[in-house]
Amino acid sequence: MDLQQDYFSLFGLPQGFDIDKDRLEQAYRDCQAQVHPDRHAHRSDAEKRVSMQWATHVNEAYRTLRKPLLRARYMLSLRGVDAGIETNTAMAPAFLMEQMEWREGVEEAREGGDVSDLEHMRQRLDLHERELHQNLSGQLAEDVTDGELAADTVRRLMFIEKLQIEIDDALEALED
Amino acid sequence: MALLQLQEPGESTAPHEHRLAVGIDLGTTNSLVASVRNGISVCLNDAEGRSMLPSVVHYPRDGTTLVGRGAQAFQVDDPRNTLVSVKRFMGRGVKDVTHIESMPYDFVDTEGMLRFRTAAGVKTPVEVSAEILKHLRERAEASLGGSLVGAVITVPAYFDDAQRQATKDAARLAGLNVLRLLNEPTAAAVAYGLENASEGVYAIYDLGGGTFDISILKLSRGVFEVMATNGDASLGGDDFDHRVFCWILDQSGVAPVSDSDARRLQALARRAKERLSTEEEAQVRVTLSTGDEVDLTLTRETFVEMTRTLVNKTLAPVRKALRDADLSVDEIKGVVMVGGATRMLHLQQAVGEFFGQSPLTNLDPDKVVALGAAMQANVLAGNRTADDDWLLLDVIPLSLGIETMGGLVEKIVPRNSTIPIAKAQEFTTFKDGQTAMAIHVVQGERELVSNCRSLARFELRGIPPMTAGAARIRVSYQVDADGLLAVTAREMSSGVEAQVVVKPSYGLADDEIADMLKAGFDNAGEDAKARAVRELQVEGERLLEAVQQALLADGVLLDAEERAGVDAAMVALRQAVAETDAKALRKALDGLSRQTDAFAARRMDKSIRTALAGHKINELKV
Repeated sequence: MDLQQDYFSLFGLPQGFDIDKDRLEQAYRDCQAQVHPDRHAHRSDAEKRVSMQWATHVNEAYRTLRKPLLRARYMLSLRGVDAGIETNTAMAPAFLMEQMEWREGVEEAREGGDVSDLEHMRQRLDLHERELHQNLSGQLAEDVTDGELAADTVRRLMFIEKLQIEIDDALEALED
Repeated sequence: MALLQLQEPGESTAPHEHRLAVGIDLGTTNSLVASVRNGISVCLNDAEGRSMLPSVVHYPRDGTTLVGRGAQAFQVDDPRNTLVSVKRFMGRGVKDVTHIESMPYDFVDTEGMLRFRTAAGVKTPVEVSAEILKHLRERAEASLGGSLVGAVITVPAYFDDAQRQATKDAARLAGLNVLRLLNEPTAAAVAYGLENASEGVYAIYDLGGGTFDISILKLSRGVFEVMATNGDASLGGDDFDHRVFCWILDQSGVAPVSDSDARRLQALARRAKERLSTEEEAQVRVTLSTGDEVDLTLTRETFVEMTRTLVNKTLAPVRKALRDADLSVDEIKGVVMVGGATRMLHLQQAVGEFFGQSPLTNLDPDKVVALGAAMQANVLAGNRTADDDWLLLDVIPLSLGIETMGGLVEKIVPRNSTIPIAKAQEFTTFKDGQTAMAIHVVQGERELVSNCRSLARFELRGIPPMTAGAARIRVSYQVDADGLLAVTAREMSSGVEAQVVVKPSYGLADDEIADMLKAGFDNAGEDAKARAVRELQVEGERLLEAVQQALLADGVLLDAEERAGVDAAMVALRQAVAETDAKALRKALDGLSRQTDAFAARRMDKSIRTALAGHKINELKV
């Protein structure tokens, strides 16, 4: 069993940040159609066990490639770069300052129960996220050997994701 | 042994090889069993032609057990020994149950899962549920004319690990081979989707007697992909009955009432609720054991008013599920209503208003879950035909986490992850020379351990003494296709391993189940040993057949030496199956399993490659 094969090869996709989502989904489904435990429920215990391992692996591969941030982090890890390390010190001071302002803004809106303010911030963040995704496509191109630019973008995206979750939680809390 | 036939996956089995399998909807109020007969899923009826079995178990003083309508007859006269809605107690402690003060049971105050003291001794909810399942198994075997290969048992999608495990344990006690635990809304989606050849995103709104689920599914070319699920594992039709019950007490001023009068009034409350689904008003008229007269008229308007908060309570999980699926209301193509409680008109109206479309009610909301479960059971048992080419991709409803310093939860598997899934996280020691580490597994969305569900605790021992922070303890969570969790922990530098199958906090230990099984055989006058041997023989035959099929399809994947090993192990197992030595059977079973491990992996590899070969073989790096 070749669980070491990279996720792109598993789904027969070319390695790159820009991904054909329909093709990914189709390949994922084709794979699960073969390996899912429901297809092997009447088989021997050994086959059931292998089936669960494979289905788990295929789910993880799909989840990773489907989400841009996870995909980028994964591509960096294939190049031996770990962008996940919590290194605030690696970030530009201006960026960190901006993050603090964002966080304060969310906190204020949450306390004030200002739904439209929260939604507005969410939209701005989403826009910013899309810009960074566009940057990644070049930064992760095959001929770019230095992963540092992409790693920096990934770290920025991780901050953004945290803020998005905070806003969603605040919105949910206000709804209940 | 059956004649060997060459068979491709997806090809139909010959009629005489049809394996008997059933789907069971183990409901709070009623339970059903269904099976696929001549290609059509049907509910199996009792001798009187009724499909619904009231989920009621009565333990009389004479040591027998009554299930269903026979038991129901005693719920007023002997409420303490007549257990209803037992599903609400599965995997739950005394503190977890709402309205426990108005329940007529003699609860045993114990840690973990609650228990009832009955005329037949102390019973767990698992044993009570097992009686219901056993009853349905016997009905199915009589109706289908043979013993079952296995069953798909449905559970609320929002059931946590303890509740799922309890359900699986109950099935085991009932002598059922569980092919899969299937989420109720997903089962309903299968029945609905296949019947209507639907494509697109659907919401399944499932309000049963005691549980509420909302699942958002994407149906596309035979794949049922659950995008998000949410719900409330203790909200259902029973709560609407309870509101009416309280209203009766309040209006008539008869409180406090005895246990049996309470049961009488609860039954009346339910009937009034059901009546209001077709009539504008319902009468509640009864003479209580005290001689008090109750004579009231409940209008639909009053009923709607008193249950409005309950209806709204179902809409919050709907909103959450939509958000998790990243969808807006107008992207939902249809809303399927499931569960008897969805017959309430004001509920249908509220759901219709929320989604901006009339909900679909064309399938019998009581039967659709069992029918879908039977279709899946048929496929899982190996009766797949060319028409049965569907796949279910389901999710875990609640995040799984671990307790960290300060009583906080670190999430390891996020909710709505597609299963099966595995995740690992590394932790370290906080004291110099620390040699043991306690691991507390929890489930839920909250940040504090105290607000989440405790699943199990276990300890990793024998960590080599190191300075604080030097040990690397990797905790791995594996959730299988039943949504059940297994946890392993390993210290990475020494390789010390601890392993648990999650059970303890609100579950039964393995030896408790073994005792219950044994007690069951003793009661039935069966010899536990003979039964164990028979089960091993069946398992052996099953394995032999599975390997035989695999060899026919993919024998070329083995070299001559490996093939000889497999053949020898098969001969040994065939011989053991013909005799009755349990130890030899176990050994031969293990032997063949071991011989086929590598073969199984290679077959899977091959099928993956085949799956991808169709459209992109040139891109594969083999």
